[in-house]
Amino acid sequence: MTRKLTRRDALKTAGLLAVGAATPAAAQVQSFAPGQMEAAIRKVLGEAEIGKGKVRLELPPLVENGNVVPMSVSVDSPMTKDNFVKAIHVFNEKNPQPNVISVQLGARAGKAEISTRIRLATTQKLTAIAEMSDGTCWSDTQEVVVTLAACLEDLP
Amino acid sequence: MNRALISLPKSVKRGQVIEIKTLISHVMESGFRHGTNGRDIPRDIITAFSCKYNGEEIFATQFFPAIAANPFLTFHTVATESGTLTFHWTGDNGFEVIEEAQIAVE
Repeated sequence: MTRKLTRRDALKTAGLLAVGAATPAAAQVQSFAPGQMEAAIRKVLGEAEIGKGKVRLELPPLVENGNVVPMSVSVDSPMTKDNFVKAIHVFNEKNPQPNVISVQLGARAGKAEISTRIRLATTQKLTAIAEMSDGTCWSDTQEVVVTLAACLEDLP
Repeated sequence: MNRALISLPKSVKRGQVIEIKTLISHVMESGFRHGTNGRDIPRDIITAFSCKYNGEEIFATQFFPAIAANPFLTFHTVATESGTLTFHWTGDNGFEVIEEAQIAVE
C-alpha cells in the first residue's frame, strides 16, 4: 500500500522519534536495578545470616534536599578486644549504585558510632549492617521520603 | 588545594573515648549526571579515607558516589597516648590529601 506522505504524518513521526531519543537519557538518571540492594549486601557479606537489632540507623524521615542527608549509624557493642564491631556497611535501594559507605573499625575505636552526609536519588529504604568480631551480622532499615532528589539538578 | 578541617579535643584523659570530626572540600561528582550537551560528567570522588594514631590504623572507610559533596565524617577512638593522628584521603584522578593533628593525653 502506498500512501502520500502528508505534513501531518511527517510531524507525527518526528514527534515519536524525539520521544524515543529522549527516553534513554531520562531513564538513565533514575536507573537502578530492582533487588540491587540485596545483591550488593550478598556481595559484601557473602551468605552470612543477618539478624535484626543492635544497630541504629538514624536518618530524617522526611528529606527536603536529597543532595545532603545527614545520616548516623551506631552499634550496641562493648568495643573490647574480644567483642567489637569489625565493619559497618550502609546500602540504599534506589540510587544508581547500591553502596553508600563501608567503614572498618576495631577495638581501638572505643565506640561504634559514625555520622556523615549522603545523597538520595528518591524516596527509598536504607539498610545499615554491622559485622561483629565473632562473625555475626546485625542490621537496621529505615525508610526516607525525599522531596527533591539528588543528581537531577540542571547544570549551568 | 582542597581544604580539610579536623576537630578533636586538644587534651584528654587517658582511656577517654574521643570524637573526631573531619570535613574536606571536594565536589564528589557522582558520574551519574549529564551536562547541558547531554554528555556524561565523569566520576570524580574521594574513594577512601583512613586515620592512623601514631602509625597504627584505627579507622578506614570506602566512599561511594552516594556520599554528599564536601564529605563530612565523625568517628571515635580511645585516647591511649600523646602523639599524632594522621588523616589520609585518596580519590579519583590521583587525588590525595594528608593532614595531621596533635593530641595530648594526660
